[in-house]
Amino acid sequence: MTDGPLRVLIAKVGLDGHDRGAKIVARCLRDGGMDVIYTGLHRTPEEVVAAAVQEDVDVLGVSLLSGAHMTLIPRMLQLLREADVEDIALVVGGVIPDEDVPALKAMGARDVVLQDTPPEEVVRRVREAAAARSGR
Amino acid sequence: MFDPEAIERAAARRRQWEASELREFLARQPEGRAEYRTASGLPVKRVYGPEDIAATPFEEIDLPGHYPFTRGPYPTMYRGRLWTMRQIAGFGTGHDTNRRFRYLIAQGQTGLSVDFDMPTLMGYDSDDPRALGEVGREGVAIDTIEDMEALFEGIDLERISVSMTINPTAWILLAMYVALAEARGYDAHRLSGTTQADILKEYVAQKEWIFPIRSSLRLVRDMIVFSAERMARYNPINISGYHISEAGATSVQEVAFTMANAIAYIEEVTAAGVPVDAFAPRLAFYFVAQADFFEEVAKFRAARRIWAKLVKERFGATRPESMRLRFHCQTAAATLTKAQPLTNIVRTALQALSAVLGGAQSLHTNGLDEAYAIPSEQAMKIALRTQQIIAEETRVPNVADPLGGSYYVEALTNQFEAAVFEILGKVDAMGGTVKAIEEGYFQREIAESAYDFARRKASGEETVIGVNKYVEPSEPGGLEIHRVDQDVEARQIERLRSVLARRDVERVAALLDRLEREAQEPSVNLMPVTIELVRARASLGEIVARLRRVWGTYVERPVF
Repeated sequence: MTDGPLRVLIAKVGLDGHDRGAKIVARCLRDGGMDVIYTGLHRTPEEVVAAAVQEDVDVLGVSLLSGAHMTLIPRMLQLLREADVEDIALVVGGVIPDEDVPALKAMGARDVVLQDTPPEEVVRRVREAAAARSGR
Repeated sequence: MFDPEAIERAAARRRQWEASELREFLARQPEGRAEYRTASGLPVKRVYGPEDIAATPFEEIDLPGHYPFTRGPYPTMYRGRLWTMRQIAGFGTGHDTNRRFRYLIAQGQTGLSVDFDMPTLMGYDSDDPRALGEVGREGVAIDTIEDMEALFEGIDLERISVSMTINPTAWILLAMYVALAEARGYDAHRLSGTTQADILKEYVAQKEWIFPIRSSLRLVRDMIVFSAERMARYNPINISGYHISEAGATSVQEVAFTMANAIAYIEEVTAAGVPVDAFAPRLAFYFVAQADFFEEVAKFRAARRIWAKLVKERFGATRPESMRLRFHCQTAAATLTKAQPLTNIVRTALQALSAVLGGAQSLHTNGLDEAYAIPSEQAMKIALRTQQIIAEETRVPNVADPLGGSYYVEALTNQFEAAVFEILGKVDAMGGTVKAIEEGYFQREIAESAYDFARRKASGEETVIGVNKYVEPSEPGGLEIHRVDQDVEARQIERLRSVLARRDVERVAALLDRLEREAQEPSVNLMPVTIELVRARASLGEIVARLRRVWGTYVERPVF
């Protein structure tokens, strides 16, 4: 691993257009000294994972407010495994019912950051997710 | 507005008060903050008096039902007719949502409002790979006209108005609605309701788009022209600030950006040769009721006055109906908290009260559980009861514009109006709305306001009860949450396949070819061919896919 700033890809997957939170998080992480790339809206899991590999990111932050997380997150985790980059830490954000949080973590999501999480805490948890990945 | 001598006395009295009583009081007890502002950032004074509105001519306020409609669109307001209680609903298949509609009607709801699932909004059929996991989740899935038949089964569409929250695919849903009404033998001129069809705010805020901006505007024009001729009581568009607010804009930005979009629609339709007075009376609006109580009341009053002036002075309308702004209102979903969810009932009630004091024609109150999931039946019932309490217990609806004449509310209405016109001036200087969207102006401004609010909330400068003040450890359970039916996708795909198997394939193919030809001719109205397509059981996804081939898709350059 290099010693440069953490590299983070913030992604919107599926069809929902709620990007307020994703963009605030992207900006907070950038202000927190990370290299942040934002995919824009309406991406497929395939497109996002390909971008994560190509950009060699440490953390992949996926925002969903559509209720499709229990379908799309397992798909993304599978694609990360197939691309042999399961060390990229996948962090989920958005409107996620509490009871889905342990299930998402059990599948392999490194963290689930829910709404009303203060910006500083988001930055800290993204750092922790990355640290768990590589010991950096 | 007042006798100049009386104003001078009032101003002199205020100066004297400030120099003596107030000064002594402040020395003993300083105020909580150095300055006070509305949520949009407009400065507010300690107290208002007649001198604060002395320069406002009476004609700017006038009476309800009269230009510039500051005090409301109708002379008797809620005495003549209460606002329509219109709770939005949509999930699963047409049958599933039909059951929720019948429940809401039985509970006293007076209008219907349909929420569609993401694939329907974005132009994908339920069996499209892009629809995976989203079918029937956030709204009802509609692939063909048979789904719409199921949605409105047993509901008399000549008697109840229906609002459809649909944008890039709005013209297809309108075509289905018209075809369904014809099949049932209804008179199209008696149908009332609205399609949202406000595509410009999609590029700016809600971010559900398919085609490039100019082609999308043409579809909106086609809907407005079609319904001006064929559906006398129907509102073909609901020009919406709600989503602009939810994306993070302030209330001033909400109204300014909404008006900028409205200007673009009027320009588009009048450019097709339709006079403004032929369609402006059917343009309807949709605003949020946010948390700053008095700013919201002032906002609704200012929005009416701004619209009246724009339509009259900028577009030369002569019919008062063209200048009369009518709006649907929804309480602010983004203010709802996951923590201590029962507090959301109170937030929603206060926001709803501001909408009623502001003269809304139709209202949706949010469910207390919307920070968790789409609302449960129980949550929708409490939300509806909130409106019924305001309507039938508080006596607020007895008087039109009850806050009119309040020194504060009138002054704030003036301030609000001036701030909106200042932004509209900027948009004009940029070369107009479409140019401003293409350059990302609105998007940047909204992202900026959203970020500011998030920072203020994080620092505690902006209080959110239960989130950054009076915080309690969360207690799980207790709330009945809408559960997703895992079989919906399979059931809906089964429905779609059975419809496709029963239709005349050659006829659909010929109509799709005609659609493609007509789409290449910008002057042709695409409503008639689309009505024929849906009647022949063409699916929404097929129609959209064919037009994507002609027009391509919109690509955003995201800013954060």
